[in-house]
Amino acid sequence: MSDTLINPEKRQLAGTAEHSTRIETPKPAASGESRGTNVGNMERLLSVASGSTLALYGLSRRSVGGIALAAIGGALLHRGATGHCSVYSSLKVNTADHANSAETSGIHVEKAITIGKSPGEVYKFWHNLTNLPRFMDHLIAVTATGPKTSHWVAKGPTGKEVSWDAEIIVDEPNSRIAWRSMEGSDIENAGSVRFVQAPGGRGCEVHVTLQYYPPGGVIGATIAKLFGEEPSQQITDDLRRLKRLLETGEIPTIDGQSHG
Amino acid sequence: MKALCWHGRNDVRIDNVPDPKILNPRDAIIKVTATAICGSDLHLYNAFIPTLMEGDILGHEFMGEVVELGSAVKNLQKGDRVVVPFTIACGNCFFCQKTMWSLCDNSNPNAGMAEKMYGFTPSGLFGFSHLLGGYAGGQAEYVRVPFADVGPYKVPEGLRDDQVLFLTDIFPTGYQAAENCNIQPGDTVAVWGCGPVGQFAIRSAYMLGAERVIAVDRYPERLQMAQQFGGAEIINYEQVDVGDTLKEMTGGRGPDSCIDAVGMEAHGFSLDNIYDKGMQMARIGTDRPHVLRQAIMSCRKGGTVSIPGVYGGLLNMLPIGAAHAKSLTFKMGQTHVHRYLPRLMDSIEMGQIDPSMIITHRVPLADAPAAYAMFKSKTDDCVKVVMTP
Ligand SMILES: NC(=O)c1ccc[n+]([C@@H]2O[C@H](COP(=O)([O-])OP(=O)(O)OC[C@H]3O[C@@H](n4cnc5c(N)ncnc54)[C@H](O)[C@@H]3O)[C@@H](O)[C@H]2O)c1
Ligand SMILES: [Zn+2]
Ligand SMILES: [Zn+2]
Repeated sequence: MSDTLINPEKRQLAGTAEHSTRIETPKPAASGESRGTNVGNMERLLSVASGSTLALYGLSRRSVGGIALAAIGGALLHRGATGHCSVYSSLKVNTADHANSAETSGIHVEKAITIGKSPGEVYKFWHNLTNLPRFMDHLIAVTATGPKTSHWVAKGPTGKEVSWDAEIIVDEPNSRIAWRSMEGSDIENAGSVRFVQAPGGRGCEVHVTLQYYPPGGVIGATIAKLFGEEPSQQITDDLRRLKRLLETGEIPTIDGQSHG
Repeated sequence: MKALCWHGRNDVRIDNVPDPKILNPRDAIIKVTATAICGSDLHLYNAFIPTLMEGDILGHEFMGEVVELGSAVKNLQKGDRVVVPFTIACGNCFFCQKTMWSLCDNSNPNAGMAEKMYGFTPSGLFGFSHLLGGYAGGQAEYVRVPFADVGPYKVPEGLRDDQVLFLTDIFPTGYQAAENCNIQPGDTVAVWGCGPVGQFAIRSAYMLGAERVIAVDRYPERLQMAQQFGGAEIINYEQVDVGDTLKEMTGGRGPDSCIDAVGMEAHGFSLDNIYDKGMQMARIGTDRPHVLRQAIMSCRKGGTVSIPGVYGGLLNMLPIGAAHAKSLTFKMGQTHVHRYLPRLMDSIEMGQIDPSMIITHRVPLADAPAAYAMFKSKTDDCVKVVMTP
């Protein structure tokens, strides 16, 4: 799959299937557990429901037992909200395997969102690659270096910046853009976005595929963390920011105010 | 500024917190002149809604004066007196465009969290847990209002705060509950819960053409209000069997529609509710759908069950078989406040209804903690508390 992505001429990047999500992130061969999500959706729901109430109930009883309840509740809530259960992974998953597999399989994410704008408008916004950091959380800046080439700077996990050069390899006005890192980049990656007219005046479906294919060693470990613990969730959040920016002109926030 | 903050189950306090400021171009800052406690706040007070955090500012029914505006808000001016819908909506997305404001795609900053719990996110709400945005609420001296070019609605000259304050939530909520019943000539509507939402559901059912409204509760003062303010016939569920009585009162047909204005914390000593309560106390159940079960069983065939009462998680032993066999229609959700505000403001201005009649207590914001305790226990015949900062 990664080969296909790096050589997009051979095959459509985003594929033709109508699914909106698929992710292959660090995958320990033995257990099949991924680091991102190892708790099913229904189980998550139950975890959130009972976790929160357990936590609150525990906290409301100021006894040792109460605190224990709160702790269990908190863990359930965490697991429900993040889809990650540390118990599962500590039982079945060896962290060393994680790092290894991250280096070999990289990060592959496919996501879709519908935006209430025409495909032309969304294409135009995306085509100006300098706009990407406005909604993609891991990017600091993208600057154009030529008609088809650009320089990308991203946040590294330790606060250090990582960067690479990229080129646009497919540009079909109002319908598709694909790019990939230039030959010899430290960080081999590629992306594709399709803009599809949604039915009944619902705007534009944006189908994104991203592939980061890091080499081994220290840099590989860096890339594995470029998107945090849950790359799939990060891309979902990125696309949501794009939708909000284009539909409302701003991104809703509570950062900087007392909370509620 | 001073604000009412959540500190845990049954523990709210007036704290000193930083004043809000403009964070986005479409924001406004409102200086609160009146704010109320809602039955929904009790679900938070009782800690039945997940993702509350210590220090959260509560309150989603509030109004006041515009004191600051973001650069993109052109329809308001400093000094305007406005009521603010408790549902935060962008006005641009698919749902807002279809007037389903409480389903706005773009107003919940914590949409990812809500998606995990509900599949998709509803709109953000003021003072209603982090799952629904973590926005600071209006039981405070000042509030930051996002998408202020869409939500806040100017109050016409000559109307007092306490006449229009309930346009922020409970009047539209009662109205939507009744509208969801698709009332036809000759219809009888049964309303469970004679709290503020129930009171407005009763009035609205008549406004929308109901022949009869039958109200169910156990507090004499609330039942009396349902009679006098609402014009309803009443049933005290502690004295009679609700299902049998409704059947008898409707000539054996059952009510054409049933409104559950109680929600997840139903009271009662029937077996099913004792079981639910046990589950809830052990924190392995989330909701007590006793009223919903009763509404489903009581509703006539082909009728509508309308659910303004809030549910948060999972339901046990819901008689879905009865609902299916009787081809019932279900309608529910948080209120699309923006949709109803203009017409209900008109009804107040024209003197068709005076919402202030349900207010039983007026207190300064400083007394909010005591007011919460009173409203929760329904002591001192408390039906609705309005507070002034
Ligand atoms: N959908 C919305 O947008 C929306 C908006 C506001 C409030 N609400 C919800 O509406 C509900 C009612 O709000 P409120 O402000 O009127 O609250 P409230 O607490 O004042 O009223 C609830 C009433 O229900 C009665 N009740 C309890 N158990 C009952 C039973 N078994 N049978 C009949 N009546 C019973 C209580 O005696 C009380 O009078 C709450 O769940 C609240 O969260 C929803
Ligand atoms: Zn409310
Ligand atoms: Zn919207």
